Amino acid sequence: MKQEATPVIEFDHVSKIYENGVVGLKDINLTIMPGEFVVVVGLSGAGKSTLMRAVNRLHDISQGDIRIDGESITKAKGKKLRQIRRKIGMIFQNFNLINRATVLRNVLTGRVGYYPTWKMLFGLFSPEDKQRAYQALQTVELADKVYTRADQLSGGQQQRVSIARALTQAPSLILADEPIASLDPETTRRVMDDLKRINQELGMTVLVNLHQVDLAQAYGSRIIGIRAGEKVFDGPVSEATSAVFDEIYNGAEAEG
Amino acid sequence: MEDLLPKQKLNWHKWALTAVMLVALVWSAFITDAHLGLFFTNFSQFTELFVEMAHVDWAYTGYTLEPMLQTIKMSIIGTLLGSALAFPYALLVSRNIVTNKVVVGVFRFILNIVRTIPDLMLAALFVAVVGIGPVAGIFALTIFTFGMVSKLFYEAIETIDPGPLEALRAAGGNRIEIIRFAVFPQIANYFVSYVLYAFEINVRASTVLGYMGAGGIGVYLQQALSMFRYDRVGVIVLVIFVVVLAIDYVSGKTREALL
Repeated sequence: MKQEATPVIEFDHVSKIYENGVVGLKDINLTIMPGEFVVVVGLSGAGKSTLMRAVNRLHDISQGDIRIDGESITKAKGKKLRQIRRKIGMIFQNFNLINRATVLRNVLTGRVGYYPTWKMLFGLFSPEDKQRAYQALQTVELADKVYTRADQLSGGQQQRVSIARALTQAPSLILADEPIASLDPETTRRVMDDLKRINQELGMTVLVNLHQVDLAQAYGSRIIGIRAGEKVFDGPVSEATSAVFDEIYNGAEAEG
Repeated sequence: MEDLLPKQKLNWHKWALTAVMLVALVWSAFITDAHLGLFFTNFSQFTELFVEMAHVDWAYTGYTLEPMLQTIKMSIIGTLLGSALAFPYALLVSRNIVTNKVVVGVFRFILNIVRTIPDLMLAALFVAVVGIGPVAGIFALTIFTFGMVSKLFYEAIETIDPGPLEALRAAGGNRIEIIRFAVFPQIANYFVSYVLYAFEINVRASTVLGYMGAGGIGVYLQQALSMFRYDRVGVIVLVIFVVVLAIDYVSGKTREALL
């Protein structure tokens, strides 16, 4: 095992309580090593999204510490925080593309963390980065759409553009927050295949939230089950039997 | 047996309030000594003036073109300056851009104060400060535009899709980069549209601003009226009418194409 390597993500007794008193995460400890393909499963509202957004600090946590490649993102501020964030690519359920901009421009925004602000004010991306963006589009097989406006694409194509955007960022870790929730079965397969390829061929660590048990089993190497903000299962996909999924989804009823 | 539709309960509060408001309206008419009759007794004078104005002094048309052009120039400069100020200010008072409630609250309060000042009062103020002439008009229009465009613009900013902002933040963008790549593309068209709209209003407003001595065609209108040259007033009104109509048409079509 790669015990001596630095973990990509480390959760150290992480809790999150929202302002209205709702508990988002409850004392989570978690270690994810480079190259893993981790699937987080659980009911809607169980805290999957909160967990994911805690990793790149789109949401602040209430207690504990989160480390990315050994550096605490919880304590990072300003420029340091943005430098850690640029190592983490993110894919969203609603794609979060800029509709009025071209596909190329959308993919290039993955690079903003690498430029000084004044260059970005004028949109001055280097030719190397434009080439890098084009290559990312080739990876997701959308090279022919490079100058098309983002809102002219289908949902599945838009999600693949957002994958290309995350790739262009050259991250070591990719977070995917329910990337296929608004897609049909055929495009779902394509998007999941893309993520799998990124994991295996480019060696990026992937952390993905899913609803579907079958997809979690088909693509994940490791499953994490979240119920009511607590980690209730963490193990390789081979150990995640249907009894385990039952426990994750219906645990409360089984106990009562 | 079929259930009958129950009768709605009589809402005493509503009726009482209506009665109070009606009484207040009549009463306020009495204490301000307003008479509807007075409006109609002077109606004949209105038709007389109208007939006089209809005898248009066409020869005067040539003299109105230069001040009309000055009015348009004033409007353009006032609109551009006011909009340039409004752009950053609107970002500053948008709750989805600046999360500090105190900052947003204070700057919105200032904006609201600016917006309560009518354009004519602004013109009077600047005529007193910088003297009679088009510069006063430009200042008045700048402040007027700033208030109007800031308000329209921040309301547009607050309706944008927050998704791209989140994506830029996740990629390590700072606030300026987020505005540049996630906010600006979503609002650029609105901004241009509001600036054109402000320009339409400013052309109309600036024709009257001359009344306060703030330059443009309004000065000529005021002079013609004070000399009882209603034939010239007719010309000026017609020229203003044609120019405003043309600008509204072009600007309206452009805005349609933008949104």
